[in-house]
Amino acid sequence: MIILKTPDEIAVMAQASRVVAETLQILRKAVRPGITTDELDRLAEEEIRSRGAKPAFKGYRSYPKTLCASVNEQVVHGIPSKRVLKEGDIIGLDLGAIVQGFYGDSAITVAVGQVTERNARLIQITEEAMHLGIKQAVVGHRLSDISHAIQQHVESSGYSVVTEFVGHGIGRQLHEEPQVPNYGKPGQGPRLQAGMVLAIEPMVNMGGSAVKVLEDRWTAVTVDGSLSAHFEHTIAVMPTGPPSILSKPL
Amino acid sequence: MTWVGEKGYKYVPKEDVIEIQGTVNETLPNAMFRVSLDNGHKILAHISGKMRMHFILILPGDKVTVELSPYDLTRGRITYRFK
Repeated sequence: MIILKTPDEIAVMAQASRVVAETLQILRKAVRPGITTDELDRLAEEEIRSRGAKPAFKGYRSYPKTLCASVNEQVVHGIPSKRVLKEGDIIGLDLGAIVQGFYGDSAITVAVGQVTERNARLIQITEEAMHLGIKQAVVGHRLSDISHAIQQHVESSGYSVVTEFVGHGIGRQLHEEPQVPNYGKPGQGPRLQAGMVLAIEPMVNMGGSAVKVLEDRWTAVTVDGSLSAHFEHTIAVMPTGPPSILSKPL
Repeated sequence: MTWVGEKGYKYVPKEDVIEIQGTVNETLPNAMFRVSLDNGHKILAHISGKMRMHFILILPGDKVTVELSPYDLTRGRITYRFK
């Protein structure tokens, strides 16, 4: 069942999402060659707690950290470690926070130092695809209109979308109905209604769409070793007009 | 954090199960079967959900593939019926 949120609840979710957005902006500035993903994780936890929120991922299905840091061919759910970032890497930073029992969830992919134009384009297309998907999240559209817009943009740019992982409803749980895939035909699934809050998150591979999960049971990597980027926003469907992007940085 | 999509739950043979062939001795209620394995053991097996969805009937005498969990070797799951 899809749980609709009242405007008051959406306001609280906006607070949680704001904490995530601010923390991601701080992390974006901290990303540089020579820093370890563990250091980024520590910084993320400090920033979230200093804003009176709780990390959402820590302990979620026994995930050990605050941050998901997915470097290069890692698609999502990379566990922060002693891995040192190198010039030219790309890193996906996925973060969640809890405020008054409500979740906010957002992700960005950033370049470490200077990256090649080819790799910068992957990041750019992924972010564009996310925004095209978000644009479809208006009352009266169906859920798969979001999915279709994302897939269309990604594939017409020569990349592939990951199908094993999907976006999701969000609220008092990190993952709620409905699942929001990043692929599919338009005009299918439930009709979007005001008060739905969704995490829209395309994962885009430069090579094939196949992914596998490593032995740590979390880290997903591309099978062909190609680079992968990931962006995510928590958005609320509004009674009229475009959706409100709760995790938008100021 | 992403959610594992429905496609992610697609049946894939697990690495830590034992696959073995056997012959069905008798059918029991609730889609359970008594299967004697080629190694001589007799186990209780149920039919995999995917086979049930495709209405694959299993009768005594059929040769089948059974998956056993290493934790309980007296029960299994029928994953294939030979023609």
